[in-house]
Amino acid sequence: MGIRFILMVNKQGQTRLAQYYEYLTLEERRALEGEIVRKCLARTEQQCSFVEHRNYKIVYRRYASLFFLVGVDNDENELAILEFIHLLVETMDRHFGNVCELDIMFHLDKAHFMLEEMVMNGCIVETSKSNILMPIQLMDKTS
Amino acid sequence: MALSGMRGLSVFISDIRNCQNKEQERLRVDKELGNVRTRFKNEKGLTPYEKKKYVWKMLYIYMLGYDVDFGHMETVSLISAPKYPEKQARSYSTCMLNENHDFLRLAINTVRNDIIGRNETFQCLALTMVGNIGGREFAESLAPDVQKLLISSSCRPLVRKKAALCLLRLYRKNADVVNVDGWADRMTQLLDERDLGVLTSSMSLLVALVSNNHEAYWSCLPKCVKILERLARNQDVPQEYTYYGIPSPWLQVKTMRALQYFPVIEDPNTRRSLFEVLQRVLVGTDVVKNVNKNNASHAVLFEALSLVMHLDAEKEMMSQCVALLGKFIAVREPNIRYLGLENMTRMLMVTDVQEIIKKHQAQIITSLKDPDISIRRRALDLLYGMCDVSNAKDIVEELLQYLSTSDFAMREELSLKAAILAEKFAPDLSWYVDVILQLIDKAGDFVSDDIWFRVVQFVTNNEDLQPYAALKAREYLDKPAIHETMVKVSAYLLGEYSHLLARRPGCSPKEIFIIIHEKLPTVSTPTIPILLSTYAKILMHTQPPDPELQNQILAIFQKYESCIDAEIQQRAVEYFTLSRKGPALADILAEMPKFPERQSALIKKAEDIETDTAEQSAIKLRAQQQISNALVVTDYRPPNGTPPPVSSLNLVKVSSTSSNSDYNSVDQGADHTNGTVSKSDSQTASADLLGDLLGPLAIEGPPGAATSEQSVLSGGDVPSAADAAAIVPVQDQPNSVQPIGNIAERFHALCLKDSGVLYEDPYIQIGIKADWRAHQGRLVLFLGNKNTSPLVSVQALILPPLNLKMELSLVPDTIPPRAQVQCPLEIINLRPSRDVAVLDFSYKFGTNVVNNKLRLPAVINKFLQPIQLSAEEFFPQWRSLSGPPLKLQEVVRGVRPLPLMELANLFNSCRVMVCPGLDPNPNNLVASTTFYSESTRAMLCLVRIETDPADRTQLRMTVASGDPTLTFELKEFIKEQLVYIPEASHGPTQVPAPAVPQAPVIPPDDPAAILAGLL
Repeated sequence: MGIRFILMVNKQGQTRLAQYYEYLTLEERRALEGEIVRKCLARTEQQCSFVEHRNYKIVYRRYASLFFLVGVDNDENELAILEFIHLLVETMDRHFGNVCELDIMFHLDKAHFMLEEMVMNGCIVETSKSNILMPIQLMDKTS
Repeated sequence: MALSGMRGLSVFISDIRNCQNKEQERLRVDKELGNVRTRFKNEKGLTPYEKKKYVWKMLYIYMLGYDVDFGHMETVSLISAPKYPEKQARSYSTCMLNENHDFLRLAINTVRNDIIGRNETFQCLALTMVGNIGGREFAESLAPDVQKLLISSSCRPLVRKKAALCLLRLYRKNADVVNVDGWADRMTQLLDERDLGVLTSSMSLLVALVSNNHEAYWSCLPKCVKILERLARNQDVPQEYTYYGIPSPWLQVKTMRALQYFPVIEDPNTRRSLFEVLQRVLVGTDVVKNVNKNNASHAVLFEALSLVMHLDAEKEMMSQCVALLGKFIAVREPNIRYLGLENMTRMLMVTDVQEIIKKHQAQIITSLKDPDISIRRRALDLLYGMCDVSNAKDIVEELLQYLSTSDFAMREELSLKAAILAEKFAPDLSWYVDVILQLIDKAGDFVSDDIWFRVVQFVTNNEDLQPYAALKAREYLDKPAIHETMVKVSAYLLGEYSHLLARRPGCSPKEIFIIIHEKLPTVSTPTIPILLSTYAKILMHTQPPDPELQNQILAIFQKYESCIDAEIQQRAVEYFTLSRKGPALADILAEMPKFPERQSALIKKAEDIETDTAEQSAIKLRAQQQISNALVVTDYRPPNGTPPPVSSLNLVKVSSTSSNSDYNSVDQGADHTNGTVSKSDSQTASADLLGDLLGPLAIEGPPGAATSEQSVLSGGDVPSAADAAAIVPVQDQPNSVQPIGNIAERFHALCLKDSGVLYEDPYIQIGIKADWRAHQGRLVLFLGNKNTSPLVSVQALILPPLNLKMELSLVPDTIPPRAQVQCPLEIINLRPSRDVAVLDFSYKFGTNVVNNKLRLPAVINKFLQPIQLSAEEFFPQWRSLSGPPLKLQEVVRGVRPLPLMELANLFNSCRVMVCPGLDPNPNNLVASTTFYSESTRAMLCLVRIETDPADRTQLRMTVASGDPTLTFELKEFIKEQLVYIPEASHGPTQVPAPAVPQAPVIPPDDPAAILAGLL
């Protein structure tokens, strides 16, 4: 499976984007987001980027006020996921120009769309930024 | 700031953002939901644009954590919309819908038209949607089209990469879709692809395929190595796929992962090329300043390390790896340190590097004190894994020391692990007692009952240990404030053995009584009965009787005779009466007999903590087996490293052919954990009985001949109901080797999960990993030789019942030292039946011939596929199946009492899916599943359970399906699951029971009448 979910959460713990690759009920999502956000946000810069939670791991990275949390299977390559987060951020940067929390909030559709070009059903599809952004540019043109 | 031109949506998001508190937010959301709902209801002619806008709003609301229970139909209609922006709503729908939504089926045709159409944008959208939420029906109708796209030369990479992952999804939903002839060749061709996007996603597909059946895809192996070479040499890698100068680290990692599913690389050229690449990675990865570059290169490095470990590379390369890991666990950078520890633990599992890793012990202990809990956990795991007789003392003492300062989240795990290590590797048993008592002293709240039960078992079974343990317990009682668990264990030990200390100062019966009785006001109700038993025992041991003490104790019994707690009251009354019986008391309250030997409950518990994921890498699977490589009490290894044969009855005189015999008898002398039957009245008599019984057998066999009989005699442990249905006894001839763990329990556990250990003894471990799809199954037997010499004359024969067709691949005659061989077994379910297949397994180790007949967990529920039904689907079916033989009802009694939640979990774990909310009565459960066999095809089965909240031990069960045999078999199967009682933990709290006549069982009122009244 690989990636189970991707969350973007701000410093206050508000979810700004959530994409799950396995079905969870609303209650399960709420509980899960609550637990892992509490766990990850309390950590300091000097601690490692991996948190073990139940039977999987959270790989997370902080950018200014926004946390990117990725839930992965225990045997996933953690550093590869950590850099995948960065690739996602760089891709957003290229599109929005210095992406910030508000960009993601108000362009939820585009953020989702980028993610969709990068991950499908928990597996990485594409890592080339221009390929990822191509459909979005097409969308901008048609609308 | 417009959301792609959707102004209303932006306004809504701003509003939410400006909400001061949760209450305001909720009001705003409710208002919006109301608005959307009326719009959907009233205005039939919503434009696709409006629909899209509303779907986005709903998605946003859903993300905030509010329930959105309408509008799914509108989402589906957007999927069918003709224009691009609306079609995009598909992707949004993937966030909210899942494959179980029925109306998704309505979209299959539109989606298919898009997939086979010419518009590649539409193709992509359709593939993405199916790839994320496509279910079984999608798999059945779309797989061939998706396959065609994936290998089509006229398709552009942007479509094909999605087709690869779409196919992966469909394959997971229905493996048959790619199990067609020639697909492996196509897969091999696919890996010749130049486009790295297509390769990245194809590699994920390949990992899933090879993890299931590596043999079919061996021709992909050299291609993977080629891809790695291409990336390592940075040949033909477009700039866009280079990440901080590293050619697609993700593809490198994934490719190395795929290679870890092939057990060996036979072709020397391929092997050489691969090792060149790996060597380059191992040597050439430097620490650089740029964080991202450093992470990416180390991601590749760590994957290369795993691959090297998997390949059991040459010694030189292995030690290179250990050296690297040793460096990593000492660095400051927390991520690298964490991964160093994690990978070192993995390395421990696969190879013989324990000695080298031990050199890093001090460094690892430092990490145990790291401020980061993630790192501490890894360090704990590694210490646990690397512990053996030589370093157990150091490691356990470190753990104990750390226990007092560690955080609460870890204490339970820590104390459990310390207890297990102390038990497994104790150089002497008094040290073990010391450790456990310290553990209770330092972290009483986190020491589960199992831990102190275990120490009591040890002390009871080892006479030499008894005075020591009693003395220690006495010392702890002098401490001013002790944990309640300590009170329990001390009281128990002193009750049994304080008379052994009588001559020591402060240990007269009276003094012992006083110091224990001081604690009574501080303890909770469940502890009081233990103290009462202790008083009774002290009284019994006081010779000559001390009238003053007697009066004191009798007064206490009298005081509790009117206690509101039934257990306390009963004991008080009984002890009071008994203590007036004079000498008879001594017979009744005699010392507890020895406990039958059993696998440590602690180790089982530790296993439970390790939960597994569906797709296991080879390393992980092996690692898990290692963890479950649990040792029984007597099986701790002596420092010289030769495993002693697991104990036999020491009461039986046996001829021993093994050179270990000396050690064996010493071992037995040290800890008499052998199985005398605890339930019999007279210990000696029963032992004689056993001796007589076993005499003739023992002459023929080396030590251990007794085991099979022993398990029969102590049969209270063996679950009965479910076993009665099985056609074979666990063992039908005396084996000289005793299995580790309870075979029946292992079998039962495997009935509910798909991987684990089926059988284990000191020489071999048989693991199982199974994969079930519809009426077919594939079960892989992992035969692992645990020793340093080969197992020979290995034979495995499958005795299939009539309802299963089974084919076992060749089992090698010899298993090399410390090697593991895999034997796949293909299974086809012909018709419903509860009959079980049997594996007749034998091997020779030295002079021992071991033969076992093991039931294989290819049971009826493996051919079930859970399905969740809605009320509209369930009830018509339920009504159409009226009465026997298609619908059977039965009142089941003697059910293991479970809360409703756990009952539901039990059903779900049997793959019978509980459909919540269908039955209006909250005490009832309704569940459904689909059964697959060749004769019945896919057949829906419905189950209803009506429970009686007043009496959880009975329930009424109704099972219905379209096939009478199936209905009957399924009903019986569920019944077995409901009444199956796992081995009870024999805690010493039940100990005084033999003295007490059993309370008469109150005949319950007719349960059927109660139920009838209820329903």
